[in-house]
Order: sequence, then structure tokens, then C-alpha cells
Amino acid sequence: MACNSSGCESGGCYGREKDNGRKAVDVKETVTLCVKCKCNEPMTFGDGGSDDGRFCAECFRSNVYGKFRLAVTSHAMITPSDNVLVAFSGGSSSRVALQFVHELQVKALKNYEASRDRSLPVFGVGVAFVDESAAYPALYGGVSDAIAWVRSTVLSLSPPGKDLHVVPIESVFGSDSVEARDRLVKLLDSVSDETGKEDLLLHLKMLSLQKVASENGYNRLVVGSCTSRLASHVLTATVKGRGYSLSADIQHVDARWKVPIVLPLRDCVWQEITRLCHLDGLKTVELARHPQSGINDLVSSFVALLQEENPSRECTIVRTAAKLTPFYFNKIPETDDSCVPMATQRRLKKFNLKYDGSMTTEAFCPICNCPLNGSDSSEDESDALYAASCSSCRFQILPQDGSSLEQFGSLLPHHMISQVKHHQKVDSQTYLREKIKDCLLLDDEEAV
Amino acid sequence: MEASEGKSKKQGASRLCCLCNQRRPVLKRPKTLQQICKECFYEVFEEEIHQVIVKNHLFKSGERVAIGASGGKDSTVLAYVLSELNRRHSYGLDLFLLSIDEGITGYRDDSLETVKRNELQYGLPLQILSYKDLYGWTMDDIVKMIGLKNNCTFCGVFRRQALDRGAALLKVDKLVTGHNADDIAETVLLNILRGDIARLSRCTSITTGEDGPIPRCKPFKYTYEKEIVIYPFITESFSLHTYAYFKKLDYFSTECIYSPNAYRGFAREFIKDLERLRPRAILDIIKSGEDFRIATTTKMPEQGTCERCGYISSQKWCKACVLLDGLNRGLPKMGIGRARGGVNGDHQKETKKPASAARSLESKQCGSLDF
Repeated sequence: MACNSSGCESGGCYGREKDNGRKAVDVKETVTLCVKCKCNEPMTFGDGGSDDGRFCAECFRSNVYGKFRLAVTSHAMITPSDNVLVAFSGGSSSRVALQFVHELQVKALKNYEASRDRSLPVFGVGVAFVDESAAYPALYGGVSDAIAWVRSTVLSLSPPGKDLHVVPIESVFGSDSVEARDRLVKLLDSVSDETGKEDLLLHLKMLSLQKVASENGYNRLVVGSCTSRLASHVLTATVKGRGYSLSADIQHVDARWKVPIVLPLRDCVWQEITRLCHLDGLKTVELARHPQSGINDLVSSFVALLQEENPSRECTIVRTAAKLTPFYFNKIPETDDSCVPMATQRRLKKFNLKYDGSMTTEAFCPICNCPLNGSDSSEDESDALYAASCSSCRFQILPQDGSSLEQFGSLLPHHMISQVKHHQKVDSQTYLREKIKDCLLLDDEEAV
Repeated sequence: MEASEGKSKKQGASRLCCLCNQRRPVLKRPKTLQQICKECFYEVFEEEIHQVIVKNHLFKSGERVAIGASGGKDSTVLAYVLSELNRRHSYGLDLFLLSIDEGITGYRDDSLETVKRNELQYGLPLQILSYKDLYGWTMDDIVKMIGLKNNCTFCGVFRRQALDRGAALLKVDKLVTGHNADDIAETVLLNILRGDIARLSRCTSITTGEDGPIPRCKPFKYTYEKEIVIYPFITESFSLHTYAYFKKLDYFSTECIYSPNAYRGFAREFIKDLERLRPRAILDIIKSGEDFRIATTTKMPEQGTCERCGYISSQKWCKACVLLDGLNRGLPKMGIGRARGGVNGDHQKETKKPASAARSLESKQCGSLDF
């Protein structure tokens, strides 16, 4: 490599060394430089991954944090007036998300205290931990320890202080914990498909996060999903016949929920995240998982195999899926709220121009909240829940026989069922007529 | 008396074909896991294909249709079923067999014998075209030159053109191929893995190339590979024609001798595992492929003709000509990987750039690209 940097130290310049006639032999073997700053010694993680020994610690860290910050600013994920809830599982991804959000907040606080007029407030941050122990009572012996650890971790991330919300997953059913736990177990037992059970639990988890977020005044939910997680999701969605709704799940922003979900680590790969945890000494906790024998696990192993063959495969998968057309709700909704700073509003407007302007009202599956493809609906189904659900949930979650279906519906959380009633009310004919009412010349009775 | 009758009835009920409820089941249907008898299996197998043909308006009466016949299980069953349905439901089609000889010793020469037999058995006129005649290279020659990687690319590109030329020779209106549900599901996955969004939007269409030289369709789009394997052994009339003539019973499971190194193998293994967990997943993958929201602007590359041979092409030269040129000039990597040179790109660096450069380019982080 030609020496073109004026700041180049003699240790790294082979040419210069040779000219000086000093240590010409060992230079070749020893010192390499960070390929980015060309100053410091590169880090070796020794994890057998790609790009090992190419970047120094600082450049590596700023690279990852840079991706986070770019995602946050370009999608207006976190703005000064926001109150942000970080979903924290104790795993590496969410640990990094929490750390980065905290650092962003610290910086905002510093700016706030330094500014004269204090016009821009500092966004609030809360942390939510979902306790799934009720779903698999036999396995979650260590959950109270995990919760204690989470508590101390959140405590260490202040100032600014952050509220911690420990959310039992059964809270989606109500506040009576015994009854709720019982109902959860009954509900899960009535799902015969293994993958369906895992997915239903994920949907309930999201519902519980939404519940705690909206009840405590948060207006953003930060989820730490990284590229690798999304790559698996692309494949699982494909094999479950959810190709239509796939593009909704893998964007930076998912605003179909009451509290919009943002994915600031979407462009970081698992390897970067684990390396960062190692580098910064970020501790994580891995709760014993129920052995996953379904499709989700098969896909994870498949992706791991592909990664071995080509370490860029995850990125290619997500990049391909990113070429699919997103939905209208895959952006932070514009708001006339005067509290939102002008800069943010401008950024939102500029960003939103990229998306298809048409505001189509989608119908959503009451169980998984995926946008429904028009061709999926079957209006002459006797059971309302079945008619309203997507084909994937119909197969893997709903019971196959009609008699169990009604009982199943009664076990679902109220929030899911209320979606069904709403869907029932809006039948397509009435809905369409409403839309074109202004253009119709004839009365309703005479109209075609 | 009643109790014992009831008991035997219960035992009998669980051991009757769940479609006709009369005969004893002999297999569990791969697609639906239903326990069915032999007769119901080939009835439902043939009926489903008939429905696919009808619902998707694949054919018009009076059309001349060439069946891409490799001698393998898919095309042999296709030839049999299509001629049977043509007769039974009076499609009014003029059927032909079109076979391509890629020149793979120990594989293609054996299966070609089968096609020649099919010509006699089904009474369908046969046309054989060889790579040697069309391009001057056999697959064996090609593999000797380029090694065991990327040979599927050559074979696939050459075969597509060969089929089109054969179809033109036979003056047919349409080409049918034996691509089954497993094939299409694999292709969907492959296109996701390789980032080919344009192909992803086209690969689930049951009919393709309607605006090209010869439209081609895939009647087996929703037919499981496992069922295609079972069908010949189950159907008596089929085995009457073919069984007696086979030298080796395991001919159906013979794969191309060069296939173990193909990237498609990853997708195939995965789908086999997936099918074990959830049989309907194969159809679900196809459904996802059909439902992907892909903007119509990304779909079609601009269509032109190849300057060298006149075949349909989106570039200056068609892929076959690019590959052939590479072979003839002793540059086996030309046309493989990203188009960074050759006729269709920059003439300068192409021949000097090693194949490894393409790979390392993908994995390079910022700040280190050294051109």
C-alpha cells in the first residue's frame, strides 16, 4: 500500500523502513493499521468473522454508532419532544439499542444544559422488559434474577434517569394475574402447531409492549432488531405465505401500531453487535428458551449455514426485501403538532415524499396485525374471526374445527377481538359506496 | 353384537381412503397428508393438473404444443399426463416432444433413450437438438474448461435458447416444461438470496415469455415433486407402457452428475427439511412469491435482440453469445458474476480481473476500495 498519509507513523510504512535500513525484516510481519483512520492498531476479535483485524476500536465503534444515528435522524425516529420506550430483552441487540439511545439522550441533555434558551427539550427514555415466564412455567427458573439484573443495568444508565417497566406477558388479558396466567396457558395449549404457538407468543409480546407504552405516555417504541434478525424474518415470512405483508415488517418505521415501532439497528449485523458488546463490556443475559423445533428454528439454522458460505448473505437478503414496496404506515406520520420542531417536520415531509402518497385503508389481521391482501378475504365464512384473519394465522394459529374456534376466540385478548368486530362492520360494498358517494347520481336503492 | 360391529367399523373407518371411503389407502399424500388409495391418488393428481390448465387458460384448442422432454421424471410424467388429459378432456392440442442433448455422458445419453421410447409409447413426434450442433460445445467439454462451479449457468442459458430454437423448428405455438412446485419454490428462495428482484417478480408466473419468441408454461406449478415421483409407480396404465422397458428402476432418482455443486442445492435441502415440518410450506412459498409487492417499474428489463445471433436479449449480446464467446476465447469466467466487462460492459479491465475480486468487493467495508 502506498504511503500517502502525512500522519503515517514509521512503524507502518514499509517503504520508509526499508530506506532507513532499520528492521526491514519484521515490519512485514508485525504492524497493520486500521483501514479507516490509518493511525491506530486494528482490533482483533478472534471470533472467526469477516473483517477481523481491519478496524481499530474507535473506528469500529463510530461505524456502528454512525449507522444507528443515521437511521434515527433520517427517519425522524427520535425527536426532542418524544417519549421513547426501549424494548429490552437482555440480549445483545437490545442492550446495544439501549446503550445507544442512552448516549443520544446524554448528548441531548448536554446540549440542553449548554444552550441559552433551552428551546429543545430532551426526549424521555423508558425501558420495558417482557416477562414471558408464564408461557413456559417449567423453564423460567431464573427470571427473577434476570429482572434484578435488568433493574441494576437500567439504574446504571443514568443520568438521565429511566423508568423500568417489567411487563408480564399475561397482562394483555387483564390485571388479575392468576386469571390472566391461566388464560394464557389455555390459549397456548389450544394451538396445535408448534410454529403457530411461537408466533402467537410473539404477537402477544408486541401487544403487551404496546399496552405498557400507551398506558405510560410513550409515543415511540424502540426495538433492537438487527439485519440478521430481519434476514431470518424475510425467509420465515416467505415460507409461511406472508409475502404480501413482508415489506411492512422490515422497514425502519412501523406505524400501524398505536405506538409506532422504530428499528434504529436495522442496518447493523449481528456480528457487529456482539463485537460491540465485547468491546464495551456490555453485559447481556440469555434466558433459557423453550426448545424451538418449528419453522423459525429451521430458518435460523439455514441462515447460519448460508452465512458460513458467504458472510454477506444476510445483508443481501434484507437488501432484496427492502426493494419490495413498503406500506403507507412505514413512516412516522406527519403531524401538525406545534410541539414538534420545524426541522423535524421538514425532514418528515421530505422523507415522506419517497413513499407512495396514496393513503389506502388496509384491513389488518386481528391476530398478527399484518395488512391483508384483498384476494385473501373470504366473506362467506361463518366464523367472524376466521374471516378476518390472514391465511397464515388461519392455518397455524386458529383451531381447525369450527367448534373449538368459538372457544378460541373467547380466549384471545380483548384487543384482538375488537379488531374483528370493526372488520365485520365495514363490508366492502358499503365501504366502496361511501368512497364514491359524491359521484353517484342515483339514490342508494337505484344504484348498481 | 352392536358393540363389536361398532368397534370393527371404527377400525375400518380409520383404514379407508379418505376420499372415496371404499378402498384401502396405500399412501399418505405428500401435499395434504391424506391417506388415500391408488385410484384416488392418480385421479386427484390428474384432476388437479387439469384444473390448473383450465383455470389459468394455458391452452387454446388447435394449438401446437412442444413438451420439453429431458427423459427425466418430470417431463416423462408431463408427457404422459398431458397426452392423457388432451384425449380425455379434448383440449384439441397437437403435442410434440422436444429434447435437448447437452452432451453429458452417463446421464443425458441414458435419459435420451427414455425419450425415444416415449416417442413410440405415446405416439408423439420427437425432435432432438444438441449443444454440439447448436454451439459447438458439449457440457462435458465446458466442464473440462471451467471446472465444477458455475456450469449450471452455462447449461441453463444454453438450454433455454436451444428449446426456443427447437420450438421454432417444430413450428409450435407454445412450449411446456415440467417445472414442479418444488422447483419454483427453490427459485423464489434463490432469487431472494441472490438479490434478483426482477427475476423474483417473474419466476412465479405460470406462463412466461408471452411477448417473446415462444410462450412457455408450467402445468406442474402446483404439483409436488414427491407426487410426481410416486405417480408412475401408482398408475397401472403408466407402468404398462414404461415399466417393462426400463433397465434400471432407480432411473427416476438420477440427478445430473454436475449438480451437487450448484448453489440451488442449499435451497433444495432447506425445502426438503421444510416439507417434513409443514408440507404446505412449498405452496406457501409460491404464494409469497406471487404476493410480493414489487413495483411494476422494476419488473421488465428492456427487450431487444442480440447483435450476434438475433435471439431475444436485454443487452447488446444475449447471454448465450457472451458465454460462448468466453469459451471460444479461453476466458471461462466471462459472463459469470457481475457484468463488469466484455461486450456488454467496459472492454478494458474485464479479462484481467480475477473472479475473486467480485467476491471481495461485496464484503469490503467503507474506506478501503482500492481501484
